[in-house]
Amino acid sequence: MTTEAIHDSHEHDHHDHKMTGIKRWLFTTNHKDIGTMYLWFAFIMLLTGGALAMMIRVELFQPGLQFIEPDFFNQLTTVHGLIMVFGAIMPAFTGFANWMIPMMIGAPDMALPRMNNWSFWILPFAFSILLASFFMESGAPNFGWTFYAPLSTTYSNGSTAFFVFAVHIMGVSSIMGAINVVVTIMNMRAPGMTYMKMPLFVWTFFITAYLLIAVMPVLAGVVTMVLTDTYFGTSFFNAAGGGDPVMFQHIFWFFGHPEVYIMILPAFGIVSTIIPAFARKRLFGYSSMVYATASIAFLSFIVWAHHMFTTGMPLFGELFFMYCTMLIAIPTGVKVFNWVATMWRGSMTFEVPMLFSIAFVILFTIGGFSGLMLALTPVDFQYHDTYFVVAHFHYVLVTGSLFSIYAGTYYWLPKWTGNMYSDKLSKAHFWCSLISVNILFFPMHFLGLAGMPRRIPDYALQFADFNKWVSIGGFAFGLSQLIFLAVVIKCIRGGEKAEAKPWDGAEGLEWTVPSPAPYHTFEKPPKID
Amino acid sequence: MSTKKNQDDVEISQDEQAKAKTKTVKKLVLIVFAMFGFGFALVPLYDVFCDITGLNGKTATTAATINENGIDKSRVITVQFISRTAQGIPWLFEPMINEIKVHPGEMKLVKFYAKNESQNDIVGQAVPSVSPGQAAIYFQKIECFCFNHQPLKAQDDIEMALQFYVDTELPEDVSTITLSYTLYDITGKVAS
Repeated sequence: MTTEAIHDSHEHDHHDHKMTGIKRWLFTTNHKDIGTMYLWFAFIMLLTGGALAMMIRVELFQPGLQFIEPDFFNQLTTVHGLIMVFGAIMPAFTGFANWMIPMMIGAPDMALPRMNNWSFWILPFAFSILLASFFMESGAPNFGWTFYAPLSTTYSNGSTAFFVFAVHIMGVSSIMGAINVVVTIMNMRAPGMTYMKMPLFVWTFFITAYLLIAVMPVLAGVVTMVLTDTYFGTSFFNAAGGGDPVMFQHIFWFFGHPEVYIMILPAFGIVSTIIPAFARKRLFGYSSMVYATASIAFLSFIVWAHHMFTTGMPLFGELFFMYCTMLIAIPTGVKVFNWVATMWRGSMTFEVPMLFSIAFVILFTIGGFSGLMLALTPVDFQYHDTYFVVAHFHYVLVTGSLFSIYAGTYYWLPKWTGNMYSDKLSKAHFWCSLISVNILFFPMHFLGLAGMPRRIPDYALQFADFNKWVSIGGFAFGLSQLIFLAVVIKCIRGGEKAEAKPWDGAEGLEWTVPSPAPYHTFEKPPKID
Repeated sequence: MSTKKNQDDVEISQDEQAKAKTKTVKKLVLIVFAMFGFGFALVPLYDVFCDITGLNGKTATTAATINENGIDKSRVITVQFISRTAQGIPWLFEPMINEIKVHPGEMKLVKFYAKNESQNDIVGQAVPSVSPGQAAIYFQKIECFCFNHQPLKAQDDIEMALQFYVDTELPEDVSTITLSYTLYDITGKVAS
């Protein structure tokens, strides 16, 4: 014990020396380094998934088959979905968790730094496996990111094994990341920081981590079943052997629905941090926000079958899942009204983080409403598998999750880099994104209502005009993200020095340390009143 | 930095914190494994749930007993038969009668025709599905070719029997039952 203590304090003197070059990043256990790597990885994946989306939009610019074989088109939609969900949105949020949670709760680092390193470094392997399948004889997975059996089993093009192992690795990474978040929050809060004093940001990540721990193993289980069905002759989903393909959908969506909240709850946390800062008012209804987050998380476990209304459920099942789904609108509504109430009569200023947050509130609400429409069983039979669904989940994931990630990045970028970013350029990024994203996704609602099916490389002539607009919006939105890259690179290289607290309305422990945040922060826990 | 005493305090509390962390990690890892197991437990749970409710349209895989509830002459149920072959099985497979009207409780015998049109011996397996799903548990089969594997030599054909009745307990709002058979090639999976 004593020798250990001496050893510890000895090490303590030296651990400010970070390794240099690539070794620093390979072997780092520092939460800020790992957070940075997560964020860069997520951005690279965003551009990769975006490139696939651009190819999809090129093919859909006109009716008819111009550039892309239907089978390759299916590979594009599948891998686009997988990359954006598991490669862009989720790692970006883990990046935020790594960077901000220790600084917000006054902890010196994440609780399990070595595991933290590992949970990041297995991710590039997962996505290398997934992307490498594009260059193989079989081609990439072509059965949709939801990999419904028997498309992924009986009718697989041979890519199932690569897909399954890639998802396994992503799952292991997410689970480790989530365990780290929970352990950090439960054990390393500064003295005096009770649960109900935690920033809402921390709360949302806490609840999200629990969701991850609960459902990622179920995903691992279902991909394993797909693997053994495809290659080892089991019959989980094969009717010939006594299995049931509809059961696949039940198990998948039991994971899948909590998963969509995994991708939006952290966004709620980020926006709930930013809006009070620029409205210069305290967050309206803090405790109701916490309870709303928890009830959304709970409800997410009992609504999964609303993805499967058309599989032939009995009336009672349809009604049960319809009402439970509509119930989610209540806690979500609480949140939206709280954000609006926070802004109400605040002295608002419109810096870029605030612009993205306001856009988030409005556009996420549109996505929420189209979700409510989809929840209605009778009309879902019309909307199911059409572009209306595509419009819905892109509104919640792009103008929801992604916009919140941009908002958060612009909010904390001065803290991360120590420099202010270009106001003009970042505003250009915002306005270009805002306009193009609506040209991109809004017409999809009409296409869907008019009956255009999703995941189809060709379409009927009457959809041509809207698709042209959607494609133009898509290219514009894709290019706009390069402005963001320019802003970030410029900001890292230099710029006006940022103060410890560059936003005068901002609150929280992260603003009590200098900008850029030192490599080690809160080695001695701060005092919380 | 700080006095020696304070540093000791910090070390001790760090030790405690490490213990607390380990405890939390253990709990969370346990949840992870439990949920992985739960994913697989959903498979038998789903089967049990469907057996009880008939939600997935699966009928019983073993023969039912003779009807003892009498015949309900006041109702007429239309039973439709559909057949299809799964991809890759070169058989002709069709019901010899497309539709039949029965009273609940009344026993009926219908036949399906199958012909192996290939030059190979093939073992087939028909898998039934009933629509609407909630009628599945009321559709009682005394005898069915779907209970067994069906081997057919090259170019052979066969008439296969299905003897059934519809339970008198069938819910009032069901007046038509569709029974669909899908024929699968299981030659490779049965030891012949």
